Parts: sequence; C-alpha cells; structure tokens
Amino acid sequence: MKLVEINDLTVQYPGVKALDKLSFSINEGDFLGIIGPNGAGKSTLFSCMLGILTNYQGTIKFFGKDIKQSRNYLKQIGYVPQKPVFEKNFPATVKDVIRMAWTNPSDDSIIDQVLQQVWMHELGNRRIGELSGGQQQRVFIAKALVNKPKILILDEPVAGVDVQSSEIFYSILRELNKKEKITIIWSSHDMDAVNKLVNKVACLNRTLFFHGASNEFFENEDLVKQYSEASMQQHMHFHETH
Amino acid sequence: MTLEILSYGFMQRAIISGIAIAILCSVVGLFLVLRRYSLFGDAIAHSSFGGIALGLMVGIYPLWTAYAVSLGSALVITRIRNRFKISGDASVAVLLSAGIAIGLVLISVSGGFTIDIFSFLFGSILLVSTNDTILILGLTGIILVVILLLYRQLVYSTFNEEQAKVSGIPTEKLNYLIIFLAGITVVTSIQLVGILLISALFVIPNVTAIMYGRGFKQTALLSIGFAVFSVVAGILASYVFDITPSGTIVLVSIAIFAITMSMKSLNIIK
Repeated sequence: MKLVEINDLTVQYPGVKALDKLSFSINEGDFLGIIGPNGAGKSTLFSCMLGILTNYQGTIKFFGKDIKQSRNYLKQIGYVPQKPVFEKNFPATVKDVIRMAWTNPSDDSIIDQVLQQVWMHELGNRRIGELSGGQQQRVFIAKALVNKPKILILDEPVAGVDVQSSEIFYSILRELNKKEKITIIWSSHDMDAVNKLVNKVACLNRTLFFHGASNEFFENEDLVKQYSEASMQQHMHFHETH
Repeated sequence: MTLEILSYGFMQRAIISGIAIAILCSVVGLFLVLRRYSLFGDAIAHSSFGGIALGLMVGIYPLWTAYAVSLGSALVITRIRNRFKISGDASVAVLLSAGIAIGLVLISVSGGFTIDIFSFLFGSILLVSTNDTILILGLTGIILVVILLLYRQLVYSTFNEEQAKVSGIPTEKLNYLIIFLAGITVVTSIQLVGILLISALFVIPNVTAIMYGRGFKQTALLSIGFAVFSVVAGILASYVFDITPSGTIVLVSIAIFAITMSMKSLNIIK
C-alpha cells in the first residue's frame, strides 16, 4: 500500500531550481534512505512534505490525499529535525517535551512507553538542556512517537552526534521499523548506516537520479561512486569555506 | 503593625491588585522571556506613554487610550517585523522610541507634564480605586483562562516554533495572541510599577525561577511565588519606610535574583 506519492514536484527559488520534477512513492513499512550531497534539496523536500513550504508545483499525497487539501495527515506523522533549535535553559523536563506534542492526553503511561522505546526511561525527569546531543535526539524521537504515527520523517538526525550515540540511534530506528512497523523516511550522509538499515534508497541531487531497492543501489558501483564523489566534493567545499 | 496597615482600604486594594498583576506579569512574562522578547514588554509600555498622553489631551480616561495605542502599535510592529524580517531588538527600539516621541509631542502640545503623567511613569498602586481593582481582577482572570486553555500549544510553540507548526499548531496566530496578551498585561500593570519599571515584573521573577525550576509548570509557579512576594513585601516596606512602592517592589525582586545567583554560583542550587 502506497502511503506517500510524489509527482513532478518542482520547487523554484529565485535564480535556482531546488527540486526538479521529482516523482516517487513510499510503501507502508518501507525504510527509505534519502541521500544526496549538501544542497541537493533534501531539506526542501521535507519542508514540502511537512507543509512548511507550500509554494511548489506538482502534487504530494499522503494516505491517498493531496496535502494541500488538508493538514490532517500531519497527525499521523512524527518528525525529527536535523538539530532542534530551542533555548538551552528552557525549563522543561524530558517528559514535558514529550507532553508538548501529545494531542490526546489520556493515559500518562504512554510517556514512559515511548521513553522505553528510545532507551531513555531513566532520564524522564532530567531537564532537556542538560542532555547530550545524542540523548536530545532520542527524546525528539520519543516526542515524535507519542501520537503513534504511521510515518516517521527524520532529517539528518545524527549530524554532529558522536559515533556511539549514532549507533544507539540506528538500533532504535531499526526496532521501530521492524517491530512497530513504522514507515521511516530518513535523510543521511552516512552511507554505511544507510546500507545497513534501509530497504529503499532515493538518491537526490535536485532531481531524483535513483529510486529503488537498497541492494540495487549499493550493488551498482558506478552509482555509488558517482554519489560518493559528489558527496565528497561537497564535504571538501564545506570544510574549505568554514 | 502589619495588621493595622492591612485594615486600610487603599492598602487592601493595592495588595489585591498587586497580587493579581504579579501573577499576570510572571505568567505572560515567562512566555516572553523564553521567546527572547524580554524587552517587548518595555517597548509596549513606552508606546502606551503616547496613548496616555493622548487620553489626557482629549479628556478620555488615559488607560483606555493606552490600551488602544499599545495594542495597535504592538500588532503593527509584529507585522512589520514578520514582513520585513527586522530583528527583534531593532523592532523593540522602533516601538519604544516611537511611543515616547509621540507622548512627548502630545504632552508639549497640551501644556507640559502634570502629576497624572508622573503617576503613570512611576506607578501609583496606593491610589488604585475599587473600579480599577475590579478591572485588574477581571482581566487577570480572562488572560489566565486563555493561557490555561491554550497551554500546550503555547508552551510547544515557545519551545520550538517550527516543530509546533509541523504538528499542526497555528504558530503565527499564537504569536499574535501572546503579543496581544502582553499588551493588555502591560497597560493593566502600569498602575503598579509605572511605565519605566514594568519590564522588571515580566523579566526578573522569570529569570530567577528559570535558575531553580526543572519543569515548565514548576518554573511558572516559582515565578508567580517570587513576583507575589516581591509585590506584597515591596508595598508593605514602602509604606513602613515611606518610600516609593514601584521602586521597592523591583528592588525586592532584584534582591531575590541576586540571592539566587549567589546560591547558584556556590552550587547550593543546581
């Protein structure tokens, strides 16, 4: 069953086309890795999918309905941004942060349940600003899970997070996809992790130059090399200019 | 001595109004401080100066014109800020100086400073009438009910606006609502500490409470506690020592802040 259908999605910024006629679909239960160099349009794609950016051409359907018709689909989506921006001294415990997103407060045990799912049950009463970057990201996954979403969207969630925390993060994502049957859409630069975790890959560089099974992508050496070189050039450019 | 003071009608009105204003300012102020709008209260207060001057000039009760001018200018400046991407501190500076400038021009046209103007600038809580007290209590009740009804959405959009928006929360409307509530709160509170010190009630109890509090509700309750204590202690001390209530209230809240900072630096609180 197709949960997401994107057809001819085009986003034009002044002087540059951020996305050019993107078309692909995502099935229920998929774990889709979206890869592409910096500036490839991954975050723009997510902004369109989440209804933040509405000035686009083409159509995006979630659960069979055009998202421009209704924002109700967002209730079934959990979103974890790249690096959530919040005031470091914000007076909120981990449980407070999860409660913020909770649209139907009835049974408080769901908070402990989602904290358990992200291996954070012992830190529920800690202040969010006191946690490490990796722990904070796990809290944001728990927050995204509290309304029992069908789809989880993650925009480079482990950027700047240490290797050990990233590994914990990946294990959690695997469990959510396999055990909880949550469809996951995840953008990442970490090719090894993408190779290990996902069943589908979408390769993006303003336009879609691959979409299909992960093994098809990783067995195609030319494609992997082409992507890795493009990514490396972007990486070098990033470090030269910062 | 204390009981004797409390038997006076003007003192009872001052303390009841003061407690209501303290609760209101600390609750609304917590959202402003965490949204980095700390000086927005100050800017609204200064813009109300223009409204007060207008009211005195045309013979309308000055607080009514202050409500109209402050709310109007706060909403306009918020719209301009969103539209032209002007930074928060710059828009505060524009609003603040515009209010004072308009007020000064209107006052000079209508014959210069009077005792009424000074009472709005520096506060006159001991002169609060029964009608003022009823108005303050009514507005406090209404604003607190609105905040309680929208509590989750307000906290979420204050914590992270983008994520709140993705969760379907109408963040832009909530931004306007907060500004609107702040405008009403500021003008309502002018009688307590005056235009010049109003932002102290919004900011100081909250930055103090943030140093203690872990969760949001705990921080809000602590802030209310500090604000109420500052107001009551400030009013009583000002009467006993025959000094100005507004300055005394603010000094008490600064003393609590200073004690908290000292305790924090000595690791007595974490």
